[in-house]
Amino acid sequence: MVAIHPEGHLVGDRRGLARRTSWVLAALLLVAAYASLAVGASGVSLPAALADLLAGREIDARARIILLDIRLPRLLTGMMVGASLAVAGAVLQGLFRNPLADPGLVGVSAGAGLGAISAIVLGGLLPGGLAGLLGSALMPVLAFAGSWLSVSLLYVIATRGGHTSVATMLLGGIALAAMTAAFSGLLIYMADDQQLRDLTFWSLGSLAGASWSKTLAAAPLMLAALLTAPALSRGLNALALGEAAAHHLGIPVQRLKTGAIVVVAAAVGAATAISGGIGFVGIVVPHLLRLATGPDHRALLVNSGVLGASLLLLADVVSRSIVAPSELPIGIVTAVIGGPFFLWILLRRRGSLEI
Amino acid sequence: MLDATDVTVTLGRRRVLDGVNFQAAPGELTAIVGPNGSGKTTLLRAVTGDLGYRGRITLAGKELSGIPAWRLALRRAVLAQFTPLAFPFTVAEVVGLGQIRKGPGSAADLTPRALARVGLCGYASRPYQELSGGEQQRVQLARVLCQVWEPVEGSEARWLFLDEPVSSLDIAHQLQVMQIARDFADVGGGVVAIMHDLNLTAMFADSVALIAEGRLLEQASPEVLLRDDLLSRAYGCSLRVSTPPPSGPYVLPHAARLG
Repeated sequence: MVAIHPEGHLVGDRRGLARRTSWVLAALLLVAAYASLAVGASGVSLPAALADLLAGREIDARARIILLDIRLPRLLTGMMVGASLAVAGAVLQGLFRNPLADPGLVGVSAGAGLGAISAIVLGGLLPGGLAGLLGSALMPVLAFAGSWLSVSLLYVIATRGGHTSVATMLLGGIALAAMTAAFSGLLIYMADDQQLRDLTFWSLGSLAGASWSKTLAAAPLMLAALLTAPALSRGLNALALGEAAAHHLGIPVQRLKTGAIVVVAAAVGAATAISGGIGFVGIVVPHLLRLATGPDHRALLVNSGVLGASLLLLADVVSRSIVAPSELPIGIVTAVIGGPFFLWILLRRRGSLEI
Repeated sequence: MLDATDVTVTLGRRRVLDGVNFQAAPGELTAIVGPNGSGKTTLLRAVTGDLGYRGRITLAGKELSGIPAWRLALRRAVLAQFTPLAFPFTVAEVVGLGQIRKGPGSAADLTPRALARVGLCGYASRPYQELSGGEQQRVQLARVLCQVWEPVEGSEARWLFLDEPVSSLDIAHQLQVMQIARDFADVGGGVVAIMHDLNLTAMFADSVALIAEGRLLEQASPEVLLRDDLLSRAYGCSLRVSTPPPSGPYVLPHAARLG
């Protein structure tokens, strides 16, 4: 007497639901991508350009530049940043076995920020040849180093004997972020006028500066993290039972943890380098998906990437449209939506929070 | 055969196990008994490969520390006393985590069969976190059974390690879980279980290892090991073993209150 769905799925196994959700999310991503290409301050019309393209007519040069050199890199950057932040959140939550871990909240983004700021302020001190060689890759690489240091430190601080304390994790994250902010402040104090301008644009949290050279510099780290993350899913599922049980299930626990830390650091580092501080994507997206299709990381990581990309593109469209022809930094949009959402999670969990 | 020779485990500065010799054979249910804090769980963690140790532990003749985690996972499954979950998995999803075997030759979906085995048929879609402690324990047992579903593979026995498997269960489910362990051993698998209930131990175990203060006092069949003097000394209270024919021995506290 075992209940089986008509489709042959076992009752209680939500893999089928997660797969159907993936199709819906893929459709959402297409809509968001279209909106991202179509909306902009210049008034260039995507449908008109597409009609020209299909009819074999020459596309207007101005429209071509705006679509291919401004909106397309922005679209790709937005997709990769949204996917990276959401996947990094899901992996970090799996690693800490806690749905409240978010790269922004626990100081990982701050670490990446310190790396990025170092690249802006100290990049000029490098010998000319080396600076030229690294070029625009310097910022993502240093941001990666900064976020890697932060996650590793946080893990050492918050985890003792295989058990992660929520309180230590959150408070340790605050302390790390404060220390990082002090170093960042020192660097900003040392910066000259041109560097201050660069810093200000970067720190607002925006996709506005997206260009092919920046996108291509940050893409390898983000793509590597996104493509590696699914390989962690079986291990993170087992880790949900605890470190000992994961070991009993044959998971190389130490390697899993190292892998998860590197993936989070690469994703958050590169995303922060290219877009500044965009908060809450890493906590909102995985949380919504866990509510909808359950915590199985095999589906969660992939779906988080797609939903994160879609939501960030939509937030970017909003940030570009509501005060057009000017635009709001996207970090403001995600914080306005994500802040209350985080509070809602916190209040719902208040009874079971072991602080 | 699981063979531990002169095993010493030190945690921090404390020597938790001291020169323990312990054997468990496939086809048998081996119980580890002893007072709280005597080192039972430490011994179990040493023989499941969780802890560093001095001495020798071999599984089917191979040194345990030389077997990689994934290979060990195909040979033995471990049930902890208590397994809290951070995320809202359903019962079926938790049991599914035990199916580590993939590819050709792997069993079909074992989840419904494992749930039926522990008497939790209608529970597949229930959220694990909302179950009672005893129900969670049986869900974990179903997961563990999925991991080593066939007690013997080829000529190699597989092993179940159970840390107080019946501690949070009512009497009917205690019997049910012990019977599952007994059946696993009867078809050739090996079972090692930490037990507190000496009467269940007497009913189900083939071999009993008594531990006190980090040392193994004696390992023998229940008929031999369950003696007034030995148990009273190990547990530090007066115990009397009775043997009413035709069944095995049972143990009752000698007096209703101590002192």
